[in-house]
Amino acid sequence: MNFFDRFAVPNPSITIYASMIAIALTVIAIIAGLTYFKKWQYVWSEWLTTVDHKRIGIMYLISALIMLFRGGADAIMMRAQTAVPDNTLLGAKEYNEIFTTHGVVMIIFMAMAFIMALMNFAIPLQIGARDVAFPRLNALSYWLYFFGAMLFNISFVIGGSPDSGWSSYFPLAGTDFSQSVGTNYYMLALQISGLGTLLTGINFITTILKMRAPGMTLMKMPMFVWSALVTNFIIVFAFPVLTVALAMGTMDRLFGTNFFTTENGGMDMLWANLFWVWGHPEVYILILPAFGIYSEIISTFARRNLYGYKSMVISMVAISLLSFLVWVHHFFTMGQGALVNSIFSVTTMVIAVPTGIKIFNWLFTLRKGKIEFTVPMLYTLGFIPIFTIGGVTGVMLAMASADYQYHNTMFLVAHFHLVIIPGVVFAMIAGLTYWWPKMFGFMLNERIGKWAFWFIAIGVCVTFFPMFISGLNGQARRMYTYSESTGFGIWNMISFVGALGLLVGFILIVYNIYYSTRYSPRNIPGDPWDARSLEWATPTPVPEYNFAVIPHVDSSEAFWDYKKKGYQLFRDPVQSIHMPNNSGLPIIIGAGFFVWGFAFVFGIWPVVILSTLFIFGCLAYRSLEKDHGHYIPVSDIEIDEQGGSVQ
Amino acid sequence: MKIDQTLPLEYSTEQNRLNILGFWIFLGAEIALFGTLFASYFTLVNRTGSGPTAAEIFEIMPVIIETVLLLISSFTIGLGIHAMRLGRKRAMLIFFGSTLLLGLSFLAVEIYDFIVYIHEGATLQTSGFTAILFTLLGTHGAHIIFGLFWGLLIMYQIIKNGLTPETTNKAFIFSLYWHFLDVIWIFIFSFVFLKGMM
Repeated sequence: MNFFDRFAVPNPSITIYASMIAIALTVIAIIAGLTYFKKWQYVWSEWLTTVDHKRIGIMYLISALIMLFRGGADAIMMRAQTAVPDNTLLGAKEYNEIFTTHGVVMIIFMAMAFIMALMNFAIPLQIGARDVAFPRLNALSYWLYFFGAMLFNISFVIGGSPDSGWSSYFPLAGTDFSQSVGTNYYMLALQISGLGTLLTGINFITTILKMRAPGMTLMKMPMFVWSALVTNFIIVFAFPVLTVALAMGTMDRLFGTNFFTTENGGMDMLWANLFWVWGHPEVYILILPAFGIYSEIISTFARRNLYGYKSMVISMVAISLLSFLVWVHHFFTMGQGALVNSIFSVTTMVIAVPTGIKIFNWLFTLRKGKIEFTVPMLYTLGFIPIFTIGGVTGVMLAMASADYQYHNTMFLVAHFHLVIIPGVVFAMIAGLTYWWPKMFGFMLNERIGKWAFWFIAIGVCVTFFPMFISGLNGQARRMYTYSESTGFGIWNMISFVGALGLLVGFILIVYNIYYSTRYSPRNIPGDPWDARSLEWATPTPVPEYNFAVIPHVDSSEAFWDYKKKGYQLFRDPVQSIHMPNNSGLPIIIGAGFFVWGFAFVFGIWPVVILSTLFIFGCLAYRSLEKDHGHYIPVSDIEIDEQGGSVQ
Repeated sequence: MKIDQTLPLEYSTEQNRLNILGFWIFLGAEIALFGTLFASYFTLVNRTGSGPTAAEIFEIMPVIIETVLLLISSFTIGLGIHAMRLGRKRAMLIFFGSTLLLGLSFLAVEIYDFIVYIHEGATLQTSGFTAILFTLLGTHGAHIIFGLFWGLLIMYQIIKNGLTPETTNKAFIFSLYWHFLDVIWIFIFSFVFLKGMM
């Protein structure tokens, strides 16, 4: 084989070539644009090398939005293909690649990044800290995620996309049935970005446990901080399982081992088990921060303290523990026997209890509240009923014996989209709108935002409700087409129409960002929503060091009680502030991992060895580097604070 | 940098305390990693296909030597940290040096062990059992290799910069790592080798 043959796409089509041209043009446009406007210096020193948690959060946000549209394009293609029976828009092979990348991109590179974005931006501000515990490690986390995502996304133009589903079950994902390098991309891209996620987990647990403002005991933390703490504990214990599973999968594919094969003692079910031991907690890694955001938004816009603070915390801890005990429900039909299935049925149904407690707590918070129907609040109010429908159908799926009827049908697809979209995507858009003024210094337009909300909320229902029916009628998921006599046509057509509604909604969000950037008034106050937690006690835009004086906290609604009850937040005199220096090392190490991953995918071993040495060399360089950060003198701080708007 | 004189040097600054807690959490993740490897090992241990079984390839002598070497190295690094707290740089360097030498000897015996397995027909590709055996031992061994380079780098920094809050912090964290690898080895010794030879 010619060396360059391996980079060819196995089944090229016109869309692939168009994508190649589009990617090339985008890269050229970015490079030319930065050169023409002389922004290289600015981009490098202010963004690419930054260790500021707020800027890292914004970079995560941009990446997540791009990935949302990448995954969304996949979704529209799937709905278009299945909109009518016997459609020939996409072939079976292309359809496999598209549903695989849709799942991976949306879960790993969109939802995770969106959560990281909001955690990075809000958590240090909410606990009254100046940065995270390990700012440079935080930058490394972002760049590992970024380059992992890039590695995954070049697969469809170089070498071929993965096509064995986002769960990548063996033996289907083994070399016998998946011969292209696509699944190698899956294994290595997830490995790299997973490492970044693990480092974030360590970073945020340390930050939340050790860097809270004086007086903020654990039970006085804002609910989003609690949700982030619990989530990061799940990350630390769940992601190593994925690391091991991916390493074994990589070895099976590239070194010919027999972990998941069906011969020589290999065990394909081991992959399914390991994948879901990570995969189910992963679901809660996504949903718990969303719950935290909803708690913040509900108490802000109902103008009431969160109902049942303690029970909220206990429920989240219970969910996090139970999340590790339910993984078998993803494969009830794969031969465990009645006893095992029954146990996992029960643990799965038990999770509905703490989740239900949280739903009722939100409802009780709303009761007698002076509800203000802002965009973040609309998403929150939309979330409650739609998520409940998704959740209750989840309990139906949890009944092992009944699950044999609708396992792997569109019913399942409807269920998990109706929990993930209102659960995670709504929360992310709500959180984005909520924290937007703190991030960028202006508000998003409410009118366009509300239009977008109604398109998205109705779009979700129209897209996924019909799948319950077609699923119960027997339409299997992941089938690229079906015959007219099945009668699935009408339901899929309705889904397609709903998907177009979603598309309009997301385009409206982008238009809103554009419109508000141009026309929204600047010079807004530091606390435009009349909110309750510490991030709103900072001036807008937030200075590099967040707080000129570290606040003292006396209650769980620190900023609210400061405004309404006259509690004092800032009691100490201004002192010089120690801040970490920017560093180019995180992006360089990230790039090293990209080269490493790419060479590994194609088995170019000399490059793998060189890039491994390069990565370790960077670590050694970092260890020997003398970098004690810098101090911001008092004079500079007071100049900044004159623009502050809180007092 | 504020230095709190009432605490040992490695705990004396805020960043040092954060580093140590962060590393403990990292060790939590490492427990999950090795836990997964052990679980997979127990799943695959009897799935030998047409390859050899555990009892056929394991030999007790090299494993006992490895165990003794690693246990002593854990003891010497403990002495090294003790010397560090007394401010005795030379003694500390000697103890760290012996730790790394013992680690290197451990590695040599383990590589010898691997060669023996391969000669007895148990290669990485032979069966599910051999794949997980080499992966579990190899992950531990790779951690030791990484530790050797890391330890050398720390010794170099201590020789160059002396016992500062930064270098002692690094040395202390390294000692946590090394003890952790020892604990993992004890599990490997008990549940892989002893159980496999019974």
